[in-house]
Amino acid sequence: MSLSLATKFARRELRGGLRGFRLFLACLALGVAAIAAVGSVRSAIEAGLEREGASILGGDAELELTYRFASEAERAWMQANATAVSEVADFRSMAVVGEDRALTQVKAVDELYPLIGTITLSPDMPLADALAPIEGQSGAVMERALIDRLGLTIGDTFALGTNNYTLRAEITREPDNAAGGFNLGPRTLVLRDSLEGSGLLASGALFNSKYRLLLPEGTPIDELELDAKEQFEGSGLRWRDARNGAPGVAQFVERLSAFLILVGLSGLAVGGVGVSAAVRSYLSRKTEVIATLRALGADRATIFQTYFIQIGILSLLGVAIGVVLGALLPIAASPILEARLPIPTAFTIFPAPLFEAGMYGILTAFIFTLWPLARTDRVRAATLFRDAWDGASRLPAPVFILATGAAIATLVGMAGWFNGSWFLTLWTLGGIAGALAILALAAFAIRVAARSLSHRMRGRPRVRWAMSAIGGTGEGAGAVVLSLGLGLSVLAAVGQIDGNLRQAIAGNLPSIAPSYFFVDIQKGQIEGYTERLENDPAVSRVDSAPMMRGVVTKINDRPAIEVAGDHWVVTGDRGLTYADQPNPDAIITEGEWWPSGYTGPPQISFAAEEAEEMGLSIGDTVTINVLGRDITGTITSFQEVDFSTAGIGFVLTMNPAALAGAPHTFLSTVYAEPEAEAQILRDLAKAYPNITAVRVKDAIDRVADVLAGLAAATSYGAAATLLTGFLVLIGAAAAGADARTYEAAMLKTMGASRRMIATSFILRAALLGLAAGGIALFVGALGGWAVSTFVMETEYTIIWPSALLIVAGGITATVLAGLGFARRALQARPARVLRARE
Amino acid sequence: MSNPVFSLKDATLRLNGNAGPVDILHGISLEVTAGESIGLIGPSGSGKSSLLMVMGGLEQATGGTVFAMGEDLTAMDEDALSRFRRDRMGIVFQSFHLIPTMTALENVATPLELAGHADAFDRAAEALDIVGLGQRAGHYPAQMSGGEQQRVALARATAPRPAILLADEPTGNLDSANGEAIMDLLFNLRDQFGSTLVLVTHSDALAQRCDRVITLRDGRIDSTAVAA
Repeated sequence: MSLSLATKFARRELRGGLRGFRLFLACLALGVAAIAAVGSVRSAIEAGLEREGASILGGDAELELTYRFASEAERAWMQANATAVSEVADFRSMAVVGEDRALTQVKAVDELYPLIGTITLSPDMPLADALAPIEGQSGAVMERALIDRLGLTIGDTFALGTNNYTLRAEITREPDNAAGGFNLGPRTLVLRDSLEGSGLLASGALFNSKYRLLLPEGTPIDELELDAKEQFEGSGLRWRDARNGAPGVAQFVERLSAFLILVGLSGLAVGGVGVSAAVRSYLSRKTEVIATLRALGADRATIFQTYFIQIGILSLLGVAIGVVLGALLPIAASPILEARLPIPTAFTIFPAPLFEAGMYGILTAFIFTLWPLARTDRVRAATLFRDAWDGASRLPAPVFILATGAAIATLVGMAGWFNGSWFLTLWTLGGIAGALAILALAAFAIRVAARSLSHRMRGRPRVRWAMSAIGGTGEGAGAVVLSLGLGLSVLAAVGQIDGNLRQAIAGNLPSIAPSYFFVDIQKGQIEGYTERLENDPAVSRVDSAPMMRGVVTKINDRPAIEVAGDHWVVTGDRGLTYADQPNPDAIITEGEWWPSGYTGPPQISFAAEEAEEMGLSIGDTVTINVLGRDITGTITSFQEVDFSTAGIGFVLTMNPAALAGAPHTFLSTVYAEPEAEAQILRDLAKAYPNITAVRVKDAIDRVADVLAGLAAATSYGAAATLLTGFLVLIGAAAAGADARTYEAAMLKTMGASRRMIATSFILRAALLGLAAGGIALFVGALGGWAVSTFVMETEYTIIWPSALLIVAGGITATVLAGLGFARRALQARPARVLRARE
Repeated sequence: MSNPVFSLKDATLRLNGNAGPVDILHGISLEVTAGESIGLIGPSGSGKSSLLMVMGGLEQATGGTVFAMGEDLTAMDEDALSRFRRDRMGIVFQSFHLIPTMTALENVATPLELAGHADAFDRAAEALDIVGLGQRAGHYPAQMSGGEQQRVALARATAPRPAILLADEPTGNLDSANGEAIMDLLFNLRDQFGSTLVLVTHSDALAQRCDRVITLRDGRIDSTAVAA
């Protein structure tokens, strides 16, 4: 009975239109749209990766080997199972033009490349023509960044190792690039055969060989994968197929979007503050109607349901607008996104992320509107005769508290379930809740402080009026600090984390890091190489170590992934070395190093911190696959390895006899005066053209670029939060507009000039903005410190430019919102305002 | 004497204001019989409207007892009081208190709907006809004059044929011509339905139209007089 009546009443009330609900709708729609858009972009990327899985991979399936080519048996298996096999070698090298040289990621291909998809070149030409030798000199194609870096034009000559190439075209699209992951150097593409005699890809050189297979129609990929792994167990072979052509990219996109959706939830939380304020304001306007209904005999349930249904319908409308925007915006922006993303995308409408965003919106609306709605039961019929509104803050009935708790638990549960990381969800949502709590407390403290200060500002009327306004209820100090503060807090935290990370990588690291890494130094070259550097007074230190790469396959005879989970040491191939004696600086934390000249069963010295993370102890056995051969050793010692200095550090060191006969090269770090760096590189590259030099500063810049991209993505998410916060701010300013008009009229009546009143208005907005910015900075710095200290393990210092920008942003936003509504208040004629009040 | 419609014994009302508790009504004892009309008069702040609120269960007495139609209003919770009003009372306010988002017809139908009458809208239309606003049924309060709004309020209060009619200065916001017309309507309807009427007014002349006139001063009954 009461529900059907409530529905009728709600419908009648809603005929009044959406006046007063624009902010409500905007807050919900914006928050939901941001989350829906992030989810839709993620789905578009996933769909793109799935659709073009084979093209990204360069075949239906790929077998990858680390620094060796396939054996006869492996080739035979591939030929037997595939209709076509294409071989690609991928490695780093130096592209040299005269005295100038630059790091490049070389892809050496065969005539069949690419098996699937097409490579596009500028000027447009077939790849085979671009790479074919003309008059004895092979062709090559490069990415634009490398062409510019070396100052080349099409037709110029450059060298890789000891071989010369003609640059024939620029690579504008490389179909299988997305699967490659993070590259330090831009791409150069040549024919594998053209590298003969270049000195590159020599024994022990660091390269990956990839075999792309075209499979007959209807091949059971699962069975084929299993067969390959069984046939070549222990060979170090890695399998990928078109079902997930770029697992690294897919995982990265999934994690980044999960984080961005959580940032988006902070926007919804800010929107929730606005929604709650809008509902409170609406219900306070409806007090008389509610009291009338009470006088006419409506019970509390009918009244609650009447407004619950209204707010529910409006919430659904706001969520629907957000979902539509979130679905359409990525499609509208798809030409720009497709051009900027290095991976394939397939933009369309994806129901799953829209459902996720919609559910977040509905739950947020429920959480933030339930308590204001619960206050309807405190409106008594007597309100019609006198002000019987019990405005004092009081907790609502237990049923509402329980319902809110259940909704919060559902939201957290959904967020965790949808993004798949409880750790990330709980920390991020906990951070948002903590920030909201700090901001609410701060808002309360600001009001108390302003009230107290207003009494001490006698003789300074502008400041006193501002303080009184902030200390009172009219200025909405709570709404301003909460809404603007949360958005600014997220932005401040991003600024502080990003700044500290950049400082650690680009600021502090170069002062302790070596100038260059040299890789692929052959055994016969290491003596001459060392001699050149040790006789150079500009070189302060040279560290060299033999290096090979291997995959940790087993720990104590169990698959390594089972024991160590997804620890970075067991995912992918890792560098390992051998040494007869420990490094003079090494700190052995546990166990004992093998005796000099030891030739017994293989022994391992493992990095202490990583061993602890993986749960290893002395006596455990570790099996490493090196060049297709399994070597099992026993851990006999742990040593401290500091990876943060960018110096040489290996997780695994074995006794020399254990790796005897395994082809390998040397890795070396050189610490030199900056002004001597170029000459050292020139001399070494001339003497040893096969050696690849990685300039640490360039690598750091590349990492910094990636970080900048991540920070930018997070900042966009935070910007949505900030925009919602600004909307709430405008709503708060609009809600206080009548009060300000009345105040201005009263002050004018008493003789205040418009300038005085305007100054007071600006002052109160600026003070609130300063407070919101200051608190946001505190919250953001706290978050930045926590992430720097506990996650990144870097030293934390406050990043002042970002911090000052946050505070300035807070002031600007509040002043702009305040001034927008001050004009009408200042222009209103006092008599009219005061008469209207009578 | 038949069972009284209202029976108040030592009823007091104390409200908590910003400056501390304020005693509004002091030991009011009063009995009103079925069909009787009572005029409550007195200076501003004498407690007339507060007494009406207590009698209507809009405000709960803080002391003494208040019985209406044999039921103890002081023992009821807010929802029970709402139901009591729905079934037994019609109230007319000085400021009309029509619901702005509802048409005249919907406003009048609301108490009937709340009482679960299937023919709520037919009866509401009839009530509007009685007050002479049958042609304005589809109009919203903002489209009506003050006099018309009060007539709608009167129709709303009387449409359920309540046993009790409470009116708080129903002509206070109207000019004299409109005020007189409203009072004629009020008394006509009360006569038609046989309701018990409690009328708060500043006007001695209006009060004199009631069976009994009670004068309040400082929250106490100062005098009671049977109308001439």
